[in-house]
Amino acid sequence: MNKLGLFTAALLGTALMSGSAFAQATLSMWYHGAGNEVESKIVNQIISDFNASQSDFKVELQSFPQAAYNDSVTAGALAGNLPDILDVDGPNMPNWAWAGYMQPLKIDESKIASFLPGTKGTWNGQLYSVGLWDAAISLVTRKSYLDELGLRVPTLDQPWTKDEFMDALAKAKASGKFQNALDLGTAWTGEWYPYAFSPFLQSFGGDIVDRSTYKTAEGALNGDAAIEFGKWWQGLFTEGYAQATQDPADRDAGFNSGKYAFSWNGNWAALGSLDAYDDVLFLPAPDFGNGSKIGAASWQFGVSAKSAHPDGAAKFIDFALQDKYLAEFSNGIGLIPATASAAAMTENYKEGGKLATFFGLSEKQALVRPVTPGYVVQAKVFEKALADIANGADVEATLDAAVDEINADIEKNGGYGH
Amino acid sequence: MAQISSDNHGLRLIVRYTVLSLIALIFIFPLVFMIMSSFKPDQQLLQDTKSFAAFLPVGDISLNNYFDAFKRAPVGLFVLNSVIVTGVTVLLSLLVCSLAGFAFVFIDWRGRELVLTAILATLIVPFETIAIPLLLIASKLPWISMDGLTFGWLNSYQVQIVPFVADGLTIFLFVQYFKDLPGELIEAARVEGASWWQVYRKVVMPLAGPVLATAAILKFLAMYNQYLWPLMVVQEETYRPVMVGLQYFFQLNRAWGEIMAYLSLITVPVLAFYLFLQRAFIASIASTGVKG
Repeated sequence: MNKLGLFTAALLGTALMSGSAFAQATLSMWYHGAGNEVESKIVNQIISDFNASQSDFKVELQSFPQAAYNDSVTAGALAGNLPDILDVDGPNMPNWAWAGYMQPLKIDESKIASFLPGTKGTWNGQLYSVGLWDAAISLVTRKSYLDELGLRVPTLDQPWTKDEFMDALAKAKASGKFQNALDLGTAWTGEWYPYAFSPFLQSFGGDIVDRSTYKTAEGALNGDAAIEFGKWWQGLFTEGYAQATQDPADRDAGFNSGKYAFSWNGNWAALGSLDAYDDVLFLPAPDFGNGSKIGAASWQFGVSAKSAHPDGAAKFIDFALQDKYLAEFSNGIGLIPATASAAAMTENYKEGGKLATFFGLSEKQALVRPVTPGYVVQAKVFEKALADIANGADVEATLDAAVDEINADIEKNGGYGH
Repeated sequence: MAQISSDNHGLRLIVRYTVLSLIALIFIFPLVFMIMSSFKPDQQLLQDTKSFAAFLPVGDISLNNYFDAFKRAPVGLFVLNSVIVTGVTVLLSLLVCSLAGFAFVFIDWRGRELVLTAILATLIVPFETIAIPLLLIASKLPWISMDGLTFGWLNSYQVQIVPFVADGLTIFLFVQYFKDLPGELIEAARVEGASWWQVYRKVVMPLAGPVLATAAILKFLAMYNQYLWPLMVVQEETYRPVMVGLQYFFQLNRAWGEIMAYLSLITVPVLAFYLFLQRAFIASIASTGVKG
């Protein structure tokens, strides 16, 4: 090859190389984990592995603090500035899909067949998001407390009935050992209320909204079962079992310093209790008549409606669903891995692990919050109603008012597409 | 009715200073609590809240919370962003609003009362009501930068600065202050042949120290505490200010010590700025009767 030929070949080579560089599409991704060093490290690791695994797409991450994330996405959507990949809190997904922020997620669904039910975000019959983990709530106590109070240890198959639960609270109160029998976490506001407390309502037989149509809350939130729930809920405070207004410091450290006999808390706080005591028990939710229920669905990945590369975004999400990443998240931030095979790879959720109970709770008791775009409003109405009832408001009138507010919102939004 | 004589002057002073000291303590206690808590581990911090120990540097004292805060979030970057945004906005605001106030008070032009009324009417419009239209506008505005002409101001300093340069309250402060200046001074300067610009720069502004201090402090506080707007228009960490940065510390398991350390750090610029302008600020409040 003469010099001219060599030069031409070099030029062609350079052109081809730069051509392939231009062909690589950048996928922007928003994530809610800013401020959480461990979480950020794992997300960055997945992105780095994905970017190295292929040359078609390059994911670039923008992290937001969790408390500011939803508002940032809403503002981004208004300004037409959404990324390709975003993460979404499970119960918010239908709203974002309905509002046109997200598009259906095109991945091989057989791959997520074994995922915990709460990790799959489906709305209108289509998959929109998938989570690498779920979260679960349990009734935290100590074996020594149950022994002292003469209470049996409830199991997943035989949870406490309502009477047994109330008996446990009464005995804990009568013992005089505790500031309050039950730590409900009323210091935490916002999504905690529907996530943590609506399963009680559902176990009574009520619900936030009528799930058969999603067009009304009539009968679900103010029917006989809901009123019975409301009276029971109010009784927890009038009897002095729990605090309607709680000091955040008590929520953070109260159970671990012996102020409460029982704490209604999530798996994310479990390791702290295990550090404080060596006989901690994570009990299933009591059964108030319609089965034990706990909330489900945590943060999940989805594709924005504005993405110019939905195939690339889906490819990234598919890549992230590997057991090793599910396990890594679980080991890093204590969440429940989405699959049993990933759970087996973790320190806390493998069989015999300290938090293995939570996997069973998620698998057997989890009930997703109402899958409707209207949930974001319904959650706030429900929270207010429960706070009012806890503070002494009339149960029936409060629930009726909540139903009116929810129904008015559904009507105003044309039924939210149901 | 008992008469206060010169004999009990000392007693009056003691009572007065005791009452003032108690009031000062009420205001200073949250700051002391914040600073002291920033040196304590979480468990001790929470335990100390039950007693006076919360206000004392006792127990396991260290700088760990500060080191951890810097590890959790780019604190320096957030403070720098807020100082840039706040500083530039305050400077531009003082210039623009004082010019506006000057034009409303000293220059006779048709429709000025109407325009002033319209500007003052904006005082009753909450920012939240205009936030979304403003976002839609800001996301499409042109800007000339090193990259040439671009459209959309999101993720920038200018989107956090420009919408807040002029505001009804600051203009109102200048208008009120300028109205109290002796008109003869302006007339004399005009008779001597001074241009309006010279009157503004050489006669009016040298007398405007107190109102400048007041406007600067009020603007500084409003801008430094901005949360909603930067949350809406800034998605990149590079331009994030301190108040949005605060959310980095509100994880599910809250690190209270780090929160206190972060708050202590971001309070420093505010206190420094206030102390720098304190004397002029008080003089201005005393002379105009405006209370922030």
